[in-house]
Amino acid sequence: MSILLNRASKVLVQGMTGSEGSFHTQQMLDFGTQVVAGVSPGKGGTKHLGVPVFDTVREAVEATGADTAGVFVPPPFAADAIMESSAAGISLVVAITELIPVNDMVRARAFISARGTRLIGPNCPGLMSPGERAKVGIIPNHIANPGEVGVVSRSGTLTYEIIQALARAGYGQSTSVGIGGDPVLGLSFSDVVELFAADEETTLVVLAGEIGGSDEERAAELIGRGYPKPVVGFISGRSAPPGKRMGHAGAIISGTTGSPASKVAALEKAGVKVADTIEQIVELTRERLGAARSS
Amino acid sequence: MKLLEHQAKERLRRVGIECPTGLVARSPQEAEKAAQEMGPVVIKAQVPIGGRGKAGGVKLAKTPAEAHAAAAAILSMEIHGYSVPSVLCEEALEIAKEIYLGVTVDRDRRSMVVILSFAGGMEIEEVAEHSPEKIAKLWPDPFAGPQAFEIRELTLQALEAVGGDETLPKARYLAELVPVVQSLFRLSQELDASLCEINPLVVTASGQVIAGDAKIEIDQNAEFRHRDLVRELGPDASAATSGDDPLEVEARRRGLTYVHLGGSVGIIGNGAGLVMNTLDLVKQHGGSAANFLDIGGGAKAEVVKQALEMLLLDPAVQGVFVNIFGGITRGDEVARGLISARDELGMQLPLVVRMTGTREEEGRQLLEAAGITPAVSAPEAARKIVELIGSTGSS
Repeated sequence: MSILLNRASKVLVQGMTGSEGSFHTQQMLDFGTQVVAGVSPGKGGTKHLGVPVFDTVREAVEATGADTAGVFVPPPFAADAIMESSAAGISLVVAITELIPVNDMVRARAFISARGTRLIGPNCPGLMSPGERAKVGIIPNHIANPGEVGVVSRSGTLTYEIIQALARAGYGQSTSVGIGGDPVLGLSFSDVVELFAADEETTLVVLAGEIGGSDEERAAELIGRGYPKPVVGFISGRSAPPGKRMGHAGAIISGTTGSPASKVAALEKAGVKVADTIEQIVELTRERLGAARSS
Repeated sequence: MKLLEHQAKERLRRVGIECPTGLVARSPQEAEKAAQEMGPVVIKAQVPIGGRGKAGGVKLAKTPAEAHAAAAAILSMEIHGYSVPSVLCEEALEIAKEIYLGVTVDRDRRSMVVILSFAGGMEIEEVAEHSPEKIAKLWPDPFAGPQAFEIRELTLQALEAVGGDETLPKARYLAELVPVVQSLFRLSQELDASLCEINPLVVTASGQVIAGDAKIEIDQNAEFRHRDLVRELGPDASAATSGDDPLEVEARRRGLTYVHLGGSVGIIGNGAGLVMNTLDLVKQHGGSAANFLDIGGGAKAEVVKQALEMLLLDPAVQGVFVNIFGGITRGDEVARGLISARDELGMQLPLVVRMTGTREEEGRQLLEAAGITPAVSAPEAARKIVELIGSTGSS
């Protein structure tokens, strides 16, 4: 199996007719994802990439039974798009859009929480379940390999590096999730780690965090209370000076929480082996999976 | 985008928060004139950065002559890299109590947070670090805003946290803070502020509650909704959010995501996480990164050129490491873009490029033929650039 997304997931894409939306919808289709609808206000009734387009999410859901949404709309309209999907009963919204105003996200987050919708992102690469031939987002198709490692990370290209390094060593992924780099996010590391715990296909979890915030620390607490699978950790930005903001709004260290030392210490205390380099992630995975198999 | 104190206070007044009478002066003569009208004044440097009090940018002037002298001194200062084009001459307050009040984002709670402390003033950072229990917080419903009862609870909690405060009777605190907090929250929402702060919120000797200083920072991502404000405040206010580093201010003007770090290896990469990892790799191989520069998705030739140009403005840069995870981008295209950028800029420094993507082998061959060092992996590239800089440094 996988988490959050599988071959049965029916995906609609908000902003499908835009240039980013078109390009990545085609990639998702090529990957095998069931993209059942696009939503572009004003273009309802047309078809794009062979997929029917609707004016509203509600119409798209009624006509197609879509349960998952990918958001590719520009930042000024993105929070509204997230809330629209939630209100229409979509259970998982994946927001790729970056540069959304933070106050918009605070409101959107409160809105969707009240309706029980799960959100991944924003400002994230999305997720993919290679064994299920399903992806929502922008993770390149060619790096995907079905397998047993669950990957959860904040950022895009670094996640791809990790997936590629694992693939070269023969390890595929059950599901890879990029939770995003913004200050106000949907699912946290803890949420995803918890989902991996219950997934039969996943035998090991790679958690690739970053400086800033305390999501990694809270995931460490969860793992420390007893976790059924080995976890390999990694923290990016360890050489960054305190107080500097590194592109991701999230990656800013304030006080002692959010510092690389605090994250590494919290993970190690929870029994997580923390890699210093991406190569070491592969080594530790080999070590732990070997051990897990022989037991 | 940061508002200056007098601009922030103008916004506070518009939502009904009491502020001292003040006049902006751009010369010692104007400050003197202000003091003639107002009596004793505080002269305050108008710079978009904190810590100006400790830097000497705030002075009390009892007479017009003193105001003239104080303004002359402050206007000639440079505070944390900022020149001081104007001062705010404000009626001097008789301070009985300093309170901290702020509205900002709490990323762990994915919420806005109202922060209140009766241990306000210049030392609030230290209070936050060493005695966080003296700070009370409220996470309001973002649609409804903080309700009066919530603010009364917050106030009681903040009072209890410092063992009570007798400057004003409890009943007055409970009544006075409700409208101030509600107005400040409303303002933060209207302006899309990532920070709205009154520190100190002063209780005067006569029992008046009034904003002593104000800080407002507008979310960069929301500037598209505040074009008028961007125009009014000018490009400097926008650039100021990247800090006081001149290279960072320049990068912001060019629209680049850049952080100056001070080492000798210039770094360009795509994706914040990847770039951070690139900095770590350079350090692990014994080098020091000059900067963080994220060119984002797409890896377009024009952006790479701009990025290279930016790095060359930093005299400490002795070599450049470009780390591109191409995904579906074509390696030969990235290579051609890099070669032409280097040639157009006449760049002489060692350049190591690591890239992945479709047709990466063709890309590597192009780079090698052009005298640029290609690398298969990021660690290999880090090792190569550190070596190359070492050898040029010693020649």
